[in-house]
Amino acid sequence: MTAPTLVEFDEVVERFDPMLGLEVHVELNTQTKMFCGCPTTFGAEPNTQVCPTCLGLPGSLPVVNRAAVESAMRIGLALNCDIAPWGRFARKNYFYPDMPKNFQTSQYDEPIAVNGHLDVVLDDGSTFRVEIERAHMEEDTGKSLHVGGATGRIHGAEYSLLDYNRAGVPLIEIVTKMIPGTRERAPEVARAYVTALRDLIKALGVSDVRMDQGSMRCDVNLSLSPRDSGVLGTRSETKNVNSLRSVERAVRYEMSRQAGVLLGGGTVVQETRHFEEQSGSTRAGRRKETSEDYRYFPEPDLVPIAPPAEWVDELRGTLPELPWQRRARLQADWSLTNEELRDLVNAGALDLIEATVAAGAPAGEARSWWVAYLTQQANSQGVPLDELPITPEQVARVIALVASGELNNKLARQVVDGVLAGEGSPDDVVAARGLAVVSDEGELIAAVDEALAAQPDVVEKIRGGKVQAAGAIVGAVMKATGGKADAKRVRELILERSAG
Amino acid sequence: MNELTRLNASELAGKIHSREVSAVEVAQAHLDRIAEVDGTVHAFLHVAAEAALESAGLVDASIAAGSAPASPLAGVPLALKDVFTTSDMPTTAGSRILEGWRPPYDATVATRLREAGITILGKTNMDEFAMGSSTEHSAYGVTRNPWDTGRVPGGSGGGSAAALAAFEAPLAIGTDTGGSIRQPAAFTGTVGVKPTYGGVSRYGLIACASSLDQGGPCARTVLDAALLHEVIGGHDPLDSTSIDQPVPSVVDATRIGAAGDLSGVRVGVVRELGGEGYQPGVRASFDEALAQLEKLGAELVEVSCPHFEYGLAAYYLILPSEVSSNLARFDAMRYGLRVEKGASAEEVMAATREAGFGPEVKRRIILGTYALSSGYYDAYYGQAQKVRTLISRDFTAAFAQADVLVSPTTPTTAFPIGDKVDDPLAMYLNDLATIPTNLAGTAAMSVPSGLAEGLPVGLQVMAPALGEAIMYRVGAAYEAARDDEAGSPLINGVPEVTR
Repeated sequence: MTAPTLVEFDEVVERFDPMLGLEVHVELNTQTKMFCGCPTTFGAEPNTQVCPTCLGLPGSLPVVNRAAVESAMRIGLALNCDIAPWGRFARKNYFYPDMPKNFQTSQYDEPIAVNGHLDVVLDDGSTFRVEIERAHMEEDTGKSLHVGGATGRIHGAEYSLLDYNRAGVPLIEIVTKMIPGTRERAPEVARAYVTALRDLIKALGVSDVRMDQGSMRCDVNLSLSPRDSGVLGTRSETKNVNSLRSVERAVRYEMSRQAGVLLGGGTVVQETRHFEEQSGSTRAGRRKETSEDYRYFPEPDLVPIAPPAEWVDELRGTLPELPWQRRARLQADWSLTNEELRDLVNAGALDLIEATVAAGAPAGEARSWWVAYLTQQANSQGVPLDELPITPEQVARVIALVASGELNNKLARQVVDGVLAGEGSPDDVVAARGLAVVSDEGELIAAVDEALAAQPDVVEKIRGGKVQAAGAIVGAVMKATGGKADAKRVRELILERSAG
Repeated sequence: MNELTRLNASELAGKIHSREVSAVEVAQAHLDRIAEVDGTVHAFLHVAAEAALESAGLVDASIAAGSAPASPLAGVPLALKDVFTTSDMPTTAGSRILEGWRPPYDATVATRLREAGITILGKTNMDEFAMGSSTEHSAYGVTRNPWDTGRVPGGSGGGSAAALAAFEAPLAIGTDTGGSIRQPAAFTGTVGVKPTYGGVSRYGLIACASSLDQGGPCARTVLDAALLHEVIGGHDPLDSTSIDQPVPSVVDATRIGAAGDLSGVRVGVVRELGGEGYQPGVRASFDEALAQLEKLGAELVEVSCPHFEYGLAAYYLILPSEVSSNLARFDAMRYGLRVEKGASAEEVMAATREAGFGPEVKRRIILGTYALSSGYYDAYYGQAQKVRTLISRDFTAAFAQADVLVSPTTPTTAFPIGDKVDDPLAMYLNDLATIPTNLAGTAAMSVPSGLAEGLPVGLQVMAPALGEAIMYRVGAAYEAARDDEAGSPLINGVPEVTR
C-alpha cells in the first residue's frame, strides 16, 4: 500500500470545508453493571467479575441498573437534552467472540436523551456551540487479547484470550449532530469539545472519564466538501482516539489525507479507520461499502423505560454547578477578563485559587500567588501546578501572615520555599527559620534611632518636609534587621522619631 | 405398578404430611415406575434418583421433627422440563448443542420448587429449544404417548405430559410459547396451564421467544395444577417482565369451582375456533363440553375474534425473529458443543452451529434472520407486531362480553409418530387455537374433555391477563362434572404401557 499524499493544512482549509462529527463513549462508574449485579472495578483478574447474565448463559435475563439510568439522564440534562418520557432498549445483532450473547443491548431509535448542546471555550476565549443529537445507554463488550503474531491484532494471532469482566459495564454514547463551520479550527473544536465533555462528566461524578484507561473513548467522523459548496462529502470514522491531543491530531491528519485523495482525483471511501498514536496517522480498518445489517429489534427481555416527569425534575435538581456555570461565576466574582480567565484555566489554577479563596484569602492575592510565584516553581520543577507539595490552605495561611504584618513579601516567599522543601506548615517554617518580622518595638526603635543618628543630613531633609527621603533610612533599618522588619512600621517610626 | 403412583399430588401430599407414607417411599415408587416404563415412553432425558431421594429424605426429617411442611406439595415428586437450568443436573433444552452442559445456577422456578420441598425426579424431553408440536424434534429421541405408543404426546413439552399420563410423576413443569403446555395436555388427557405472561419467572428458562415464553404447571387434576401454580408463580426481581403482583388465589378458586356451580358466569364460545379443519370427534367432544358448562349454570355467549386467523402467520414471524437473536449465543466460545473446524473463531462458530442445531431450529433461525433484515423489518416483524395488537384488542372486546372464552385446545387428537415431521406447515396448524393467547399475553388452560376415537381431547379455557381465578374455577367445575358423569377421571382410561 502506498503512503497517502498529505496536503498542507493551510491549503486544505483554503480549498475545503471540514464537516465534523464526534461520538464519545463514556463508561459509567456505577458500582454494578448495566444489567446485572457484578462489580465494575477496573483491572481485576480476568473473568472474576462475571455472572450468568453478563456471560450470556442460557436462561439468564437482564435487569436494568437504575443508577445507570439516572447517570444517563443527568448527562442528558447537563447537555441541555430532552429526556424521552418512554423508550425501549433494542438488540444490535452481530457475532463476535467477546460479546457473550452475540447481540449488544443498546438503545437504537428510542434514546433516553435527544437534542441538546454543549458550549465549548476555544483557545482565544470565544465560545463555540456544538449541537448534541442524542445520548443513549448501552452495554460494553468483553475484551479480546490476541496472542502470537507480530501486531497483537487478530490477523496472524495464534490464539485469543477472552476476558468478560468488562462485558455489561454501562456505557453512555454521546453523539453530536454534524458540526459545520469550523474551518481551520476543526481540530481545535474537536479537542475543546471532548475536553468540555470530559470536564462536564467529571463534574457530574458519573464516570472516571480516563481516556488512558478507556473509560472515555472517542470516534472522530470527518468529511470534506469543496469550500463553500455546501455539498456533503463522504466521511471516514476514526476509532481508537485515546487522548485529547490525539483528537486534535486525528482531525488534522484526516483533513490532510482526505484532501490528498480528493485533489489527486480520487474519492474518499466510507470506512472505519484506526488512529496510530505513534505516527499521528490513521490506517484503514473494516470497509463499510454497505452498512452492516444489525437487525435491530426491541429487546423483549426488558420493559420500557418511562421516567416520570417528577423523577426527571428531581434529577435536574441534583445537577452540580457545571463547568461553564462555575467559570462564569468566578469570572464575575474575581472581575476577570476573558483572557485572564482563559490563562487561569490553561494553567490549571482555577481549582487551586478557588480553594485558596475558600480558605480565607482575598481572590487577587490567591490568584497572584498561584499564577506567578507558584507557577514558576512548578515550571522549574517540571510538575503540574496541582502536584506542587503545597495546599491551597497553606497558601492562604501565608497570605494571612502577610496581611497581619507578621511576614513581608520577601519573607513570605521564603516560607513558601520552606513548605515546598518539605519543612512543614507555614507556621513551622516561620518558627524553624526564624522568619517572623521584628515585632519587638523596642528593638525596632533602637535600630531606627541608630540609623537616624548615622545620617543627620537625611533627618534634616525630612524635617524640612521631604518625607520621601525617609526611604534611605528604611533601607538601612531593613539591612540592620536582616530584612525581618515590617517596612511600613519602620517608615512610621522614622517619621515619628525624626520629628524630634 | 405401585399404587402410590396412581395417586394425585394433593392425595400424596396428604399422606406424606400425615406420615402415612414417607416422601422417600413416594419418590422411590415413582423412580421404580420410571425404570419400568420410561424405556418405552422416553419422557425423561435425565433421572436424578439420588438427589430426589435425598430431597425427599429432608422433607421426611422435617415432618418427623414436627415442622410444618414447607408447602402444601412438600414431598411430592415432579418432572421438570429440560429447558429450566438446574445446578445439579444437566440442562440441554433438547439440543445437541447443549449436550452435557451443567449450568452453574438454578432457574427461579427450580429454586421455588426446591424451597417448597418438591422432589425433582429429573428433566423431561422436549422439542429442541421448545420448537415443535410433537417432541419429535428433540435431539435425544422421540417421546411416546402413553395412550398409544405409536403416537406423539404433543410438544414441545411432550416429555412432561407423557410423564404424567404414564404415572411416572404426578406433577410436571412445562413452558408454553405457542401451546407447548396445552397441546401436550390435550394429547395425553392431562391438565396444562399457560399462566398470564409475567406470572411465572422466566429467569433460568432457556429462551425460545422471550415475548411469548411462559412457564406453567402440568398435572392430572385441576387442583394439583393450582397447587403447583401457587408454588412457582409470583414476582421475581431477576425477571424484568415478571408481574409485580400477588399470585391469583387459584387454589381457592379451584375449590369453589369443584363445588359445581357456574351460575352467573359468562362463557364465550369463539366463533373462529372450532369450525373448519377441526376433527369431527374433537368437535363433538367440544359440543358435549358446552352442554356440560350450560348444565352447571354458565351462560353461553358467542363471541367473534376476527383477527385470530392471522395469529399463526404473525406468530411465525415474531417467534423466529426472537429465536434468531436468542440462539445467537450458542457459539462454542463459553459452553456446550464445540466443533474445532477451521482456524478462525467464525469458522468454529459456523461448524458448531451446523452440527449442534437440528433442522427445525435452523429453519426458524433463517426465517427470523430474514424477517429482521433491513428492508424487510417493517413488512414482516413490524406488521406482525401490529397483528399482535389487533389480536389483543379482539381478546379485550371478547372479555367485555364473557368472563372466560372456550375452544377445543387442538384441531385434532394425537397423530402418529412420523406423520407430520416432514411437513412443517401441517405441524404448525396444531397450535391454531393456542397461539392467540401467547400473542396477547393472557392466560389459558387445557382440561381433558373426553375421547375421540379412543384418544384424549382437550377443552381450552381462556381468561384475561391475571384472570387465572375464574379460569381455574371454570376448569375445576367442568372437570368435576365430566368425571362425575363419566364415572371416573379420563386419565384412568389410559392403557398400561407395554414394551
